[in-house]
Amino acid sequence: MKMITVAGPPSSGKTSVILRLAECLDGLRLGVIKFDCLTSFDAQRYRDAGIPAQLGLSGKFCPDHFFVNNVEEGLAWGARRGIDVLVTESAGLCNRCSPHIAGITSVCVVDSLSGINTPRKIGPMLKFADIVVVTKGDIVSQAEREVFAWSVRQANGSAQILSVNGITGQGAFMLAKKLMQARDTDALAGARLRFTTPAAACSYCTGETRIGEAYQMGMMRKMEYEQ
Amino acid sequence: MTDFAAMIDSRALDIIISEYPVARDFFLNLNLPRLDASLTLADALEAASDEWLEEFGLTRSEIPDQLAQFLSSMTAAEIVRPISSLTILGGIDKDGNAENAELRVDAGTVISVVGPTGSGKSRLLGDIECLAQGDTPTRRTILIDGEAVSEEDRFRLGGGIVAQLSQNMNFVMDLTVAEFLEMHARSRAVAANPPAGAESLVGACFACANALAGEKFTPDTKVTQLSGGQSRALMIADCAYMSHSSIVLIDEIENAGVDRAESLALLTRSEKIVLISTHDPLLALSADKRVVIKNGGIYKILETSDEEKESLREIEKIDRLLGAARAALRGGERVTTSVSR
Repeated sequence: MKMITVAGPPSSGKTSVILRLAECLDGLRLGVIKFDCLTSFDAQRYRDAGIPAQLGLSGKFCPDHFFVNNVEEGLAWGARRGIDVLVTESAGLCNRCSPHIAGITSVCVVDSLSGINTPRKIGPMLKFADIVVVTKGDIVSQAEREVFAWSVRQANGSAQILSVNGITGQGAFMLAKKLMQARDTDALAGARLRFTTPAAACSYCTGETRIGEAYQMGMMRKMEYEQ
Repeated sequence: MTDFAAMIDSRALDIIISEYPVARDFFLNLNLPRLDASLTLADALEAASDEWLEEFGLTRSEIPDQLAQFLSSMTAAEIVRPISSLTILGGIDKDGNAENAELRVDAGTVISVVGPTGSGKSRLLGDIECLAQGDTPTRRTILIDGEAVSEEDRFRLGGGIVAQLSQNMNFVMDLTVAEFLEMHARSRAVAANPPAGAESLVGACFACANALAGEKFTPDTKVTQLSGGQSRALMIADCAYMSHSSIVLIDEIENAGVDRAESLALLTRSEKIVLISTHDPLLALSADKRVVIKNGGIYKILETSDEEKESLREIEKIDRLLGAARAALRGGERVTTSVSR
């Protein structure tokens, strides 16, 4: 089974890209595990397209920690379902997060409408991706596409940049071709994340909602404001 | 190829930055702007606090390698060689019938693609965009300079060889025309110091865009505030002057305040290979040849005949007439019979 991690900011077009990808897989069986925070409607979109899907909502837990704690069982689910290409789709990550795993093909989806400096701000989920998929390029000028690609290269000089149209599917064919080069993954135990997850073990992690020094306990970081 | 690793090892940061100004972006991207630039990168990093580096997930040993990789990818982006011809080898139509077509398009020529909506015009442009090698549903093969394209080159060239222009495209950046052109020039000319000819290139591109646009605009106009015609004019001029892509795929340029014939002439003068999907007789007949698509396949390849060129002159007259009537309307004048003369 090939495993692929897909991450990207909310509404960048991850689900649409994966749905278009499914159409280019030449009979291979695609399965998706969607990781989200509080709500998600995407698992239904996959099932409507006949794609087996699982939904994991992190709820009160840090989405990145939730992902690491559940991804191994996800791989087992894929094996049970006889899936050939298993995609984990992570939304609701902060820009500090990244679900990419060393040795597992990783994709970051960014939207060309999101602003020219966005690729430089997204952080490790883009910086450590093998493939950066740029969506919605059909509605911005060619020049902006080129500048946007340059901005992606600034943040990640080694990634393959591909433009995919999530509506018409243009470009999904090349993405599928690239992903088919991924090696097979049978187990994740002992595999490593490409970037550390955010650290936090403080009173707010355990349900504190009140603001004020008196309620702040555990590991936390204070900003230095000018006097 | 420059040995960036050796340079980073031996030279002070300010020397590297003066030679490669783009290196400044690398430190901004990493949130490392406060290094002592009079030192080498390794020495400057020694002075940075462990805690700070750890907070941002950075390790001292990796940063010099990352900078070397950054500089090589930022400078390598420029190496896209111009191509002199594109050849389309026919595949199959929607029913699986062979197309039996072969079409070579040389730099500086225009091919129009015509056919009913849904016949497969976009599919043909899509095959060119991904440099199909008999592996798309149409089974077409695209040759570059007469040769098949390797898998590696398809990915390497992907996105860099083909520029696209369509009626749905808009500018979305919050920049003025001048800022925008300078930014595009900078993204192209990062290797050179100072960006070679960028200043004049921007000027030339701006003047050309203004010449193509029906209504003039100034360099301090926001690109998002340009009219449809002005946007189109700027996109075409930018494509001719700034883009490194040798192939331009155009999905219809409507007659919205932009000189269509001159736009095509500009692109061919820039030695581009232009394919334009259109229903517009003026554009279709301005092309050297036209490909007729039917049922997903190439049905005919027609060379524009002398008689058609004669017809084109008549069509241009009608186009000018419509243009004059439009100008009269917009200017608050009466559309009289004198307009048509």
